[in-house]
Amino acid sequence: MSQTAVAIPDVEIPPIPVAELAPWAGFVFLIAAIVLFFISADQGAVSIPSGNAIHEWVHDGRHLLGFPCH
Amino acid sequence: MTPRNFLVRGLIAGFIASLFSFGIAYSVGEPQVDAAIAVEQAAAPDEADGHDHHSHSHADDAGTEVSRDHQSTFGLATGILTVGTALGGVIGLASAFAVGRIGRLRPSQSTALVAVVGYVSFSLVPFLKYPSTPPAVGNGDTIGDRTLYYFVVQGIAILAAVAAVVVAHRLLDRIGTYRTVLAAAGGFLLVVVVTALAMPTVNELGDFPADTLWLFRLASLLTNATLWAGIGIILVGLIGRLYERETMTVARKDLAASL
Ligand SMILES: [Zn+2]
Repeated sequence: MSQTAVAIPDVEIPPIPVAELAPWAGFVFLIAAIVLFFISADQGAVSIPSGNAIHEWVHDGRHLLGFPCH
Repeated sequence: MTPRNFLVRGLIAGFIASLFSFGIAYSVGEPQVDAAIAVEQAAAPDEADGHDHHSHSHADDAGTEVSRDHQSTFGLATGILTVGTALGGVIGLASAFAVGRIGRLRPSQSTALVAVVGYVSFSLVPFLKYPSTPPAVGNGDTIGDRTLYYFVVQGIAILAAVAAVVVAHRLLDRIGTYRTVLAAAGGFLLVVVVTALAMPTVNELGDFPADTLWLFRLASLLTNATLWAGIGIILVGLIGRLYERETMTVARKDLAASL
């Protein structure tokens, strides 16, 4: 362990430029928001698509992950 | 270190952590979900509108029924794996942004900070104001309001956390680490507490048994804590190794150039 600590030289850590990060972040945050919506809120307060198939399928996850459900 | 490096590692961490989280949810949480459903059915054996667990909040279009066996296994796994993997990806990219931008923290350290701040603001704060409720608790008519309240508190907590980190970044060189952390954490706490006091209280428990409620909430807390701790620990390990490898490569190139 101490061996690796010695082996790593103390160099400046260059940040990743925002311009390089933005497209990745935009895409992934959008997908994550959609996923979260379907698991956490869909067919409770709002319904897309109508019905309750998604809600019923992920029902226990929604309760245990702490999202409002009933 | 590229955004892609971080995203891939975040998704992997999210997926693996979800498996642990599912294990906890299934073994600790499901017995309480079943107990709650038993309470629900004992209380209203023939009330089929709005409170039965198959058709709650959907008296009008209750169509699909999923058996309890499926809800508690594949259904639960679907929910936790998709949320966990998506969160992993987001935390991975947030960590990519944090690298080299937070004081002199190494990539693995800034990643750990992102995971801790993320857990507190995304999961813990909303839980403390609007704790999870088992099936059988909750009025179907207020689901819209309760969903809104939950995400308002969550959104404010996330914004406050981001603001606290930005402020801390500015203060660090001027007042030192200790006072910076105190100021940033204190500011975050102040915003979150004021928000929690200002938001309406939801209490639809009725005479639901306290022991089942407590055990369910504990299970829910553990499910989320396992998910976030898992993502944090796995991602910190993966990013630490990535950074080690890259610095070694740079050091070797420098050495070769100097010869
Ligand atoms: Zn429910």
